[in-house]
Amino acid sequence: MNAAFRIPGAGRLSQAKTASFSFDDKSYTGIEGDTLASALLANGVHLVGRSFKYHRPRGFLSAGAEEPNALVQIVRDDARKTPNVRATVQELYDGLTANSQNRWPSLAFDVGAVNDIASPLFSAGFYYKTFMWPKSAWKSLYEPKIRAAAGLGVSPDRPDPDHYAARYAHCEVLVLGGGAAGIAAALAAAETGVRVIIADEQAEFGGSLRFESGARIDGENGFAWAQGAIAKLKAMDNVRVLPRTTAFGYYAQNFVGLVERVSDHLKTPGRELARERLWQVRAGRVVLATGAIERHMVFADNDRPGIMLASAARTYLNHYGVAVGRNVGVYTANDSAYAAAIDLKKAGVNIAAIVDLRDNPSGSVIDEARGLGIEINFGRAVVRAGGKLRVSSMTVQPKNGGGERTVPVDAILMSAGWTPSVHLFSQSRGKVAFNEETRRFVPGTYAQDCVSVGACNGTDGLDATVEEAYAAGAKAAKDAGGKDSGIKAGKGTKPTVDAGESWSRGMLGAAPGAGAGTTVKAFVDFQNDVTAKDIRQAVHEGMHSIEHVKRFTTNGMATDQGKTSNMHGLAIAAETLDKPIPQVGLTTFRAPYTPVTFGSIVGHARGPLFDPTRRTATHGWAAAQGAVFEDVGQWKRAWYFPKAGEDMHAAVNRECVTVRKTAGLFDASTLGKIEVVGPDAAKFMELLYTNPWEKLEPGRCRYGIMLREDGFIYDDGVVGRLAPDRFHVTTTTGGAPRVMHHMEDYLQTEFPHLNVWLTSITEQWAVIAVQGPKSREIIAPLVEGIDMSDEALPHMSVREGKICGVPTRLFRMSFTGERGFEVNVPADYGEAVWEALWAEGQKHGATAYGTESMHVLRAEKGYIIVGQDTDGTVTPNDAGLDWAVGKKKTDFVGIRGMARADLVAKGRKQLVGLKTKDAKVVLEEGAQIVEDPKQAIPMKMIGHVTSSYWSENCGRSIALALVAGGRDKMGKTLYVPMPNGTIEVEVTGMVFVDEKGERLNG
Amino acid sequence: MAKAAAKTNAASASVERRPALAGRALSAPGVKVEILPPAERISLRAPEASLAALSKGLGVTLPTKPKSSATKGGRTALWLGPDEWLIIDESGNDPLADCAKVSALHSAVGISHRNVAISVNGPAAAVTVNSGCPQDLSLEAFPVEAASRTILGKSEIVLLRTAADAFRVECWRSFSDYVFTFLSEAASDAAN
Repeated sequence: MNAAFRIPGAGRLSQAKTASFSFDDKSYTGIEGDTLASALLANGVHLVGRSFKYHRPRGFLSAGAEEPNALVQIVRDDARKTPNVRATVQELYDGLTANSQNRWPSLAFDVGAVNDIASPLFSAGFYYKTFMWPKSAWKSLYEPKIRAAAGLGVSPDRPDPDHYAARYAHCEVLVLGGGAAGIAAALAAAETGVRVIIADEQAEFGGSLRFESGARIDGENGFAWAQGAIAKLKAMDNVRVLPRTTAFGYYAQNFVGLVERVSDHLKTPGRELARERLWQVRAGRVVLATGAIERHMVFADNDRPGIMLASAARTYLNHYGVAVGRNVGVYTANDSAYAAAIDLKKAGVNIAAIVDLRDNPSGSVIDEARGLGIEINFGRAVVRAGGKLRVSSMTVQPKNGGGERTVPVDAILMSAGWTPSVHLFSQSRGKVAFNEETRRFVPGTYAQDCVSVGACNGTDGLDATVEEAYAAGAKAAKDAGGKDSGIKAGKGTKPTVDAGESWSRGMLGAAPGAGAGTTVKAFVDFQNDVTAKDIRQAVHEGMHSIEHVKRFTTNGMATDQGKTSNMHGLAIAAETLDKPIPQVGLTTFRAPYTPVTFGSIVGHARGPLFDPTRRTATHGWAAAQGAVFEDVGQWKRAWYFPKAGEDMHAAVNRECVTVRKTAGLFDASTLGKIEVVGPDAAKFMELLYTNPWEKLEPGRCRYGIMLREDGFIYDDGVVGRLAPDRFHVTTTTGGAPRVMHHMEDYLQTEFPHLNVWLTSITEQWAVIAVQGPKSREIIAPLVEGIDMSDEALPHMSVREGKICGVPTRLFRMSFTGERGFEVNVPADYGEAVWEALWAEGQKHGATAYGTESMHVLRAEKGYIIVGQDTDGTVTPNDAGLDWAVGKKKTDFVGIRGMARADLVAKGRKQLVGLKTKDAKVVLEEGAQIVEDPKQAIPMKMIGHVTSSYWSENCGRSIALALVAGGRDKMGKTLYVPMPNGTIEVEVTGMVFVDEKGERLNG
Repeated sequence: MAKAAAKTNAASASVERRPALAGRALSAPGVKVEILPPAERISLRAPEASLAALSKGLGVTLPTKPKSSATKGGRTALWLGPDEWLIIDESGNDPLADCAKVSALHSAVGISHRNVAISVNGPAAAVTVNSGCPQDLSLEAFPVEAASRTILGKSEIVLLRTAADAFRVECWRSFSDYVFTFLSEAASDAAN
């Protein structure tokens, strides 16, 4: 095998299982269990990307989720090209294909790197200062160019073929983070028997035990102990163990969002497997065991490939068996880098020198390093790194100045100390506190029922961490209702730490090598290419709040959210401002902790599950007849029923003519229906509608108008009184849910004294409208127990009986102006009854008609549609519906609003009819109306067209319009200016067919 | 109370009843999702003073504890609110007719055709429902006979636990395709 940097005997991966993969079209071999990063490093590949702004060559900074540099594109097939995948997180599978990003024509030679040379032009605030003028160029020129240049990776251009699952879960204790602290807390909580969920972003639990070679717990190696403990937890019924799962958002009342990566690590994920699974967990208590993240040193050219965090190098060695170089330099202000140097040295890697910024540190790791013969330089700084595509040297200088020495290296490990991961704590609205002694922000004031343990709480040392975490886990379980775990009685299985590592402190901000000159690039934020000088410049240009510094420099604003850069940036700003760090402040962390795919947020809600598609009982029949459907809210409604060779216009003309000549069948099932029941039903109706109801006899119907408190029309519909205490109310299709809520709201808050209840029966009844002169002949043969004569069943009445042997509420009513009925039958019978009526209808030449013809037919009669001819600013009087307002009524919702001065003023827009002078011209709905077409633009508009159709029955176009003072303008000519010329119209009444209404009984 | 629509599975019907999604079923590892046969249902609203009389008339004691239900003789009363119950009768009897005989103040409205029932059955049933329902479905929090009006994805449902590993999901007729499809998709992930 040609993985030159894989060290035999090191790491935990089995060499037996290899996996081949490609990076930028070159093939490599890795080992199962590798990440893409460890596999590339094993092959000696450090250069993996180009930076965002300067296109600088970049390698791996880390071995985990904090990675700012190694963002690659993973390509499974044409539709699966995931950009910006962190190579340090992506697990290797056989056949994995990865490409570098942000480079052209190649990674080693990138034309965009000219930005690096021209970098004095691109200083902080460059975008804000440069692309201001001319203003118009922003949309047409600057923004598209900047976006094209800045793009990281390529979005897939096909629909995502993967599917994403979602799950809600509840537990008493949710443990976030599966290192030593998280595992200890989960063990303690689980022993009490409460439900525990423990999640970790890695494939394997253990956290920093992955690299801490010195850790021993319960007599075994720390990482091995972690695996055993997790196996034990997995075996418990009350515990759910979630590997590869990132808690990305901490919301109100311990509601936590987590994403589980189910199949991204598999060579060929089965179709049954979701790609990711969103967990939305409500937890009694949350234990935050999110650890700490190592910081880099800020010095000139600290971004060269081969320069990485000490803990990352240690992870690659101790877990993956990979040496990150053969001649490694170390630059540190902290003990932890020594441990990395020691492990590498013991594995046979040469340590060129350790450069320690501290003057005279002491401790066992320093002694051990010295004992291994490693050169150690105290009080010195690395002021510069050499090399371009790969680090080749480090230049060392006493930190207070003096002679320089250049040391050849092929990798530099750095550690400026550790930053507690308080992201989720901060998201929970907890307030962090700055510890002056250890110079770090740790959880201060809690806002939710959670507790931080271990490194994220600023607790140093494995022993103290496990002690704290175990106690916190037990307490969390108990507080959430669990039993005492028996810790006091000594029955618990608290892990015993035999040996552990401990370090703290370090430094914040720029090291001496960060330089003050304008050409030095000492990176603070690698992903957004922010240098120490940028932050100083921001302060000099007047940004004194960290919130302003952040936005001006974009420090910490990349997708890594400044996991490695925030503290350095803050310290440099504080130093430049000459203020203590807490006074400058830390920005608040926001969800998501790491990027989350849209897929996982969308979950099941795509395709047919994007939104419910509601179909009526007759949908299948209509579809079989070739109906064209339209969306009305969530409903699919038959729009028109074209016969062979017919377009929409022809079909609608035929349907409209047939209804007035013989009859038509129309599915009105989607109309909202509410059953209002109780001894006070009529009283309630009096209060909710403008009309009088007390005297409406059972068996009769009335057209009702409902207002809002402000006096404007809210909804309308025909209401039938079935009994003294029972009304069958209909609403508009779109208004059904809100009318129900409106009524329930008033019932509960304003009229709770009334004994009346509301039940939605929209879906209980299928409604078949049979309209036209032959409607009675069609229905009568199928009806039992109802006298269909005009005397017994006059217009606007309702009867209960049977049709086709099934119960019906038969309404005699009309939305066409013809003799008409609406047959309500229980929904499961809807289609069969429709078919029976259709068969009868066929004997008379009846047609099925859709919503378009329904609209035309009602407009011919001047019947309004709420929401089309009204827009929330129309009163009953405006709509010509004064007759529907009970004159003697003293109270109903909207009665006072209706009396407002503006609502009774002259000149309000009123609903009128319009006839175009040229009968063939059909106006556009929404078109504006003017009095004088010769006036200067902008003209004074006096109204607009609300409904407009071709009426085959009238042999001309017809329209309804809202026109200021419209009813005083009858017969006048008005004008509708359109792009292709001005249309002359005459103001008319709203009824175009059968003005006397004789056809209702025709 | 006035007479409302009578029982709808009338023998006199000359047309067939076509329930929504009749016969649809899906089996996944650990869970089966299937459309249940039609049942008689009413929405019952009543003040506390009427509960004794209505319980007697219906032959099942109306539960007053939130999230609970009571079943007797094939008739289940689900508590949906302080004055609201969903009555489901699977024995072919007519709860609407029984309520009509009770003179105590109440509102009974027939909704047999408004709802469609879907059974979710098997060891992975709770996980399947939890794919779109945010309630805690552990047996402690949602024991057998627990009932709740809640949501599944973007649809309102009424959820009734009929056994440790079985649920009855009631939704409105036109939402049944959405709810069934959602449960089917969720079921295929539930055993993973």
